[in-house]
Amino acid sequence: MELSAFLLQVLNGLDKGSAYALIALGLTLIFGTLGVVNFAHGALFMIGAFCAITVQRLLSISVVTLDETKTDFLGNPLKIRTPYVEQWFGESIGQGLIDWSVPLAILFAIPVMLLIGFAMERGLIKHFYKRPHSDQILVTFGLAIVLQEIIKAYFGANQIPAPAPSAFIGSFDFGVFIGFDPGTLIYPYWRIVYFLFAMFIIAAVFAFLQFTTFGMVVRAGMADRETVGLLGIDIDKRFTIMFGIAAAVAGMAGVMYTPINPPNYTIGMDFLVISFVVVVVGGMGSLGGAVLAGFILGILESFASMREVIEAIPGINQVVIYLVAILILLARPRGLLGRKGVMES
Amino acid sequence: MSSAKNPLKKPVTRRSVLKASAASAAVVSAPMIIPSSAHAYLNEPKGSSVTLGFNVPQSGAYADEGADELRAYELAVEHLNGDGDGGMMNTFSSKELKGNGILGRKVEYVTGDTQTKPDAARASARSMIEKDGAIMITGGSSSGVAVAVQGLCQEAGVIFMAGLTHSNDTTGKDKKANGFRHFFNSYMSGAALAPILADAYGNERRAYHLTADYNWGYTTEEAVRTSTEEMGWETVAAVKTPLSQTDFSSYIAPIQASGADVLVLNHYGANMVNSLTSAVQFGLRNAEANGKNFEIIVPLYSRLMAKGAGENVKGIFGSTNWHWSLQDEGSKAFVKSFGEKYGFPPSQAAHTCYVQALLYADACERAGSHDPCAVGAALEGFEFDGLGNGPTLYRAEDHQCFKDVLVVKGKENPTSEFDLLEIVEVTPAAKVTYDASIFGGELGSCNSG
Repeated sequence: MELSAFLLQVLNGLDKGSAYALIALGLTLIFGTLGVVNFAHGALFMIGAFCAITVQRLLSISVVTLDETKTDFLGNPLKIRTPYVEQWFGESIGQGLIDWSVPLAILFAIPVMLLIGFAMERGLIKHFYKRPHSDQILVTFGLAIVLQEIIKAYFGANQIPAPAPSAFIGSFDFGVFIGFDPGTLIYPYWRIVYFLFAMFIIAAVFAFLQFTTFGMVVRAGMADRETVGLLGIDIDKRFTIMFGIAAAVAGMAGVMYTPINPPNYTIGMDFLVISFVVVVVGGMGSLGGAVLAGFILGILESFASMREVIEAIPGINQVVIYLVAILILLARPRGLLGRKGVMES
Repeated sequence: MSSAKNPLKKPVTRRSVLKASAASAAVVSAPMIIPSSAHAYLNEPKGSSVTLGFNVPQSGAYADEGADELRAYELAVEHLNGDGDGGMMNTFSSKELKGNGILGRKVEYVTGDTQTKPDAARASARSMIEKDGAIMITGGSSSGVAVAVQGLCQEAGVIFMAGLTHSNDTTGKDKKANGFRHFFNSYMSGAALAPILADAYGNERRAYHLTADYNWGYTTEEAVRTSTEEMGWETVAAVKTPLSQTDFSSYIAPIQASGADVLVLNHYGANMVNSLTSAVQFGLRNAEANGKNFEIIVPLYSRLMAKGAGENVKGIFGSTNWHWSLQDEGSKAFVKSFGEKYGFPPSQAAHTCYVQALLYADACERAGSHDPCAVGAALEGFEFDGLGNGPTLYRAEDHQCFKDVLVVKGKENPTSEFDLLEIVEVTPAAKVTYDASIFGGELGSCNSG
């Protein structure tokens, strides 16, 4: 195998892995703080993606004028739509806003996802803290289906495109920088942006937990909820906020993912299963483990889908993640960085 | 009293349990639909109405396509019953349909949800046949579902008028006497596309296939490979991708360095939208390879789904069964009645379903009966025109329609959200006709329940 092909799949894996890591990070935050296995987490990612679609649609709300010189498919005068933002701010600023709708959607998604997170935790999930994990899985899975169907009823079942800003369309030629032929090692700009964004969010979550008083209390609560409660700290309230933050992380991951693959209502489920494997392989409740496992599985999946590998071992691209998960769990039953005592009582 | 002492009761042994379970399995697997002897055939209509069963995906990833199919069926029922403007009934070459239902009976319908899952589709079809008395089942948006439901209708003894199904197998190795397909197939796509591709991109091309890992993917890859290799193209590689794949980056990334200069995406639905989006992101549209512009081909286009890929479809060749911009009288009449009722133009899925409903009703009229065997005989070898694809033959040997196929290209400057594809060529039926025996399979004999 050529070095450039190898490096290309490493890049690819980092990119895939960053999406897995972001979702797994949120899952682990919820599991570590509230002890809830949240099967609705993929749905939060999906709602994030539809926040991007919503912002795109809001910015594209248009005034309709009839152009008598042209006709539509029924022979009626053609309706010309001019977005209000173009009318209000002028054509160039208006089009620029629409062009940048995906990054702008982050600003919209954060408050929306925080609210959805709070509402989910206070309205439904808190009633299941003392119930067995199987009940939690059932209720959150049911919630995920309800959320999916709501999105489907409103946005339809087909995928809806939300392109990246035109400045980020195209690919970056890494190869030229390190002495390969042009075109041998290229990578799309937006996927690089996604990777950097994921790194930033992961670093921010770790910094928040590590360097703030709030984060310290939350970590203490994760380690020993009762003792922190006995010290007079309202740990439940902080955990609710962490649920909101986890929802926001999943939502932002969804927003930024829309230019990579146009979303439809199933996009969350596609990620959810793999994210659970990531959490288990990384070690239940370990934030570092979730991120590490996300990247490892992302890179392995990329290598397994290379033509040379599939030709050597047919079907390996479909099972590699689960195969590696089994091997890792056989060698380290608590996962890569799992702590003793989590989900073992 | 213990069972051993009672001469009437045999003791339960492992052997008797095995026997009993084998017997009950045999009973369960026997055909469940048993017609009453008072009828000449299954679900024979006695009253003033006749019930059709529309089996379309109402949930799952193809739900939007299913919704469009259902709109088309509702429109067809309206026209058959004499409401609305009559649509294609006015342009159809056969003049048997009078707007008074089918054989004077008012057309009613029930719907089922295939969920695009063969098991669910069979269950919903079975329920419509058994509980609702549907005399014909039609619809669907996947070949897996079409083959499964066609098999069920054959066993049960009703006619199946397939909806959108493009695999060669539906009227090839899995063909059935009770099943009929108006939609085109993979072979026809390959045969129609190859000459256009040779014209546009030359005879010396190196193609790289990405193929959805299921029945339809295989027959489409095979068809495109065979027809392009015949005109001199070389196939560098063909890689199967899991149907559940969402991010195709790891399959797309190595292509540019593979020595290929054409990428063929044997993908449909979400697979197609995602793989095409990734291919464009990785710069394949603007790349050069072997001194030529790199090209991408999507053998089966669906306008509904192409919408999901947005700008990325521009300039990309593919084939389609029908498109609303066709200017023949039949297509214009259909687009008008559909557009006026729903406010947007119909999809190719809607078109094929509408036409199938009309063709079924017309065959009943010509046969003078709803008996599946009589209706089937009326459809076999039937030649017609005015339904949007030019002169068409329902071939008797395999129950496949032979008609013009459209080669289309993603439009560079669309004038509306529906204006995504432009027709590059209308390939005449003669160029996509093949010998009925090449795909194997047996029709068997018709079953009227």
